[in-house]
Amino acid sequence: MIRWLLVIVLAASAAGQERVVVGSKSFTESAILGHMLVALAEDAGTDAELKSFPGSSVAFAALRVGEIVAYPEYTGTLKRELLAELGLETDDQLRDALAGIGLAISEPIGFNNTYAIGVTRSTADRFNLQTIGDLASHPDLRLAFSNEFMNRGDGWPGLRDTYDLPNPARGIEHALSYPALAQGQIDATDLYSTDAQIAAMGLAVLEDDRGYFPRYDAVVLYRLDLAETNPAVLASLLRLGGAIDEARMRSYNERAELGGPNDQGRVPPAVVAADAVNELFGLDAEAAPPTLASRVLLRTRQHLVLVGVSMGIAIAVALPLSVLAARSRAFAGPVLGITGILQTIPALALLVLLIGPLGIGAPTAIVALLLYSLLPIVRNTHAGLTGIPGDLVESADAIGLIGFDRLRRVELPLALPTILAGVKIAAVINVGTATLGGFISAGGYGQPIFTGITQNNFALILEGAVPAACLAVLVQVAFDGIERLVVARGLRL
Amino acid sequence: MIELSRIVKRFGSHAALDGVDLSIPAATTTALIGPSGCGKSTLLRVIIGLIEADEGEVTIEGRPLAAWNQRELRQRFGYAIQSGGLFPHLTARQNIELPARAHRCALKAGRIAELAELTHLDPLLLDRFPAELSGGQRQRVALARALVLDPDILLLDEPLGALDPMVRADLQRDLKSLFEELNKTVVLVTHDLAEAAYLAPTDIVLLREGRIAQRGAFAQLRAEPAEPFVTSFIEAQTERVAALVDAAP
Repeated sequence: MIRWLLVIVLAASAAGQERVVVGSKSFTESAILGHMLVALAEDAGTDAELKSFPGSSVAFAALRVGEIVAYPEYTGTLKRELLAELGLETDDQLRDALAGIGLAISEPIGFNNTYAIGVTRSTADRFNLQTIGDLASHPDLRLAFSNEFMNRGDGWPGLRDTYDLPNPARGIEHALSYPALAQGQIDATDLYSTDAQIAAMGLAVLEDDRGYFPRYDAVVLYRLDLAETNPAVLASLLRLGGAIDEARMRSYNERAELGGPNDQGRVPPAVVAADAVNELFGLDAEAAPPTLASRVLLRTRQHLVLVGVSMGIAIAVALPLSVLAARSRAFAGPVLGITGILQTIPALALLVLLIGPLGIGAPTAIVALLLYSLLPIVRNTHAGLTGIPGDLVESADAIGLIGFDRLRRVELPLALPTILAGVKIAAVINVGTATLGGFISAGGYGQPIFTGITQNNFALILEGAVPAACLAVLVQVAFDGIERLVVARGLRL
Repeated sequence: MIELSRIVKRFGSHAALDGVDLSIPAATTTALIGPSGCGKSTLLRVIIGLIEADEGEVTIEGRPLAAWNQRELRQRFGYAIQSGGLFPHLTARQNIELPARAHRCALKAGRIAELAELTHLDPLLLDRFPAELSGGQRQRVALARALVLDPDILLLDEPLGALDPMVRADLQRDLKSLFEELNKTVVLVTHDLAEAAYLAPTDIVLLREGRIAQRGAFAQLRAEPAEPFVTSFIEAQTERVAALVDAAP
């Protein structure tokens, strides 16, 4: 129910705005292709923006609800992961299945970014390795694969069986596997065939002579209704079909991750994409990546919305709940118990649990943050109200202060310092937790942090982490100020 | 006029009040006295309805407590306790005005100044917070607050208990003249026989373990003790009483 409401809200907001929203996953190659889609959409005469998603399943979900109209995807991922339960083999079967859910794919963009197994050139030479099968004769070679590859149906288990590999294998973070290879801590790992590092490190890619890995042809995955709502944009996006071969894509990735021959250091994906569309399609795209200041400003605004809205609702819910809890012991147990349990759910797990009913994006993050902020407020308000000294309670009683009058004139003012302390704790935690919103495309400081992690870009991580830390300190200071303003002077003497 | 009949109040298995009959006439000062735990404070709370008796009946002006409208009842009582019970977030003036706000009564102009004069409270202190006042000053504010709605009955629970002797003597004199001037029904709880004899010379109720041991004027208690406990309670404090009573005008 909530999900459909959200779909309606999203659809309504999408209809209200003229801009076209396309998506990408957060890793370098997808980001470049995403920026290219934006440039192509703008070339059709509309405003366009790019939304970044941490993984295939969230991007796919966003496409299905219409939050985005298209994003770059791989046929192998569609067949083996997103629609795995359908057992699709051919591209035609894939097209039919997609049409059934209102989606379609473009002609292949022109490169196959499949899994591959790589070793260093020196290892290849020393053990005379040419095919994946050659690994079997050297069972002491140490294999380490990305954690996803270790578990995927089309990953290590199938590879081991196909090639009868006796070698032990362990999991490793993908970004760490290149340095581990270079330092000789591992001997072979899984690669994406368009990885910039293959050329940069001079890795040898072992031949998949038994054809184990499926093709991961890059395509533009889009909504069929785009043909009706915005045919010009669709036509422009489809120009990407057949436009980029494997060598070209690898050079783009290299520019973005390591810097090309004529660059000084790495080049932002948006710039790589602009140069690419200008070169490929003769466009005049301006590679104007937003300045650091404007990026931080935008994310600050998004972050403040996440924190502000969730805190506002949390206070509005928690205060009456805790007043009731302070009045009735029977009510206090469940209220404190349930908010306590909510707090014990790890924040990331709570977010993922909420994706089910609520989908991805800012509303989900706000709900999670709000649930997370309840406990400190409820607990402190309850403690503040029940901790009023007995002689004051008795005096209020004897004076004849009852009900709301008593709450307003005596109880809340006396409990205010404790209540504010709870709100302050909740807000400071909230600022930090809101960065996890980057995981579900909710915007805010978490976006650069998560993208930075997937793109091995430390500067990008700092771009989110530093302002988040500053904001937390600011919130703390602001609440100290508020406390001075609203707590009666008599309580501070 | 306050009537208590067969009042029993238990806390767990312990009977704090164990069948108390007491009639307090209007416009007099009655002191409830006894060692700690004798039930004197509990009795005061039962009278004002802060705690409900398990057995027996309280009537105020001939009407059972339960038949009173709570607000109306509270308006007839002024109540002050040992620590003053002042609200720390309100100034002295706001504390004194609070009962009027609770009962939506407008105070006539100059009422606060009048109360300050009556309780010998320096008007300059009215805009201070309780934390900025001395113990004696706080008690004067508490007294002014108890009097603000001009109640018929004043219930004071160890009002001077937390004060040092000099301040205490000062306030005792002020209270005595106040009681005489206002002519209200006053019920005063104290553990100090001297204070009881000074402020309520004709009507002292001595309690022991939830029962009334003896009631009467101080002289009567001393001359005709109803039980040995009365004598021992008096003897323990007599020397100080003599000094105070003799000094009285």
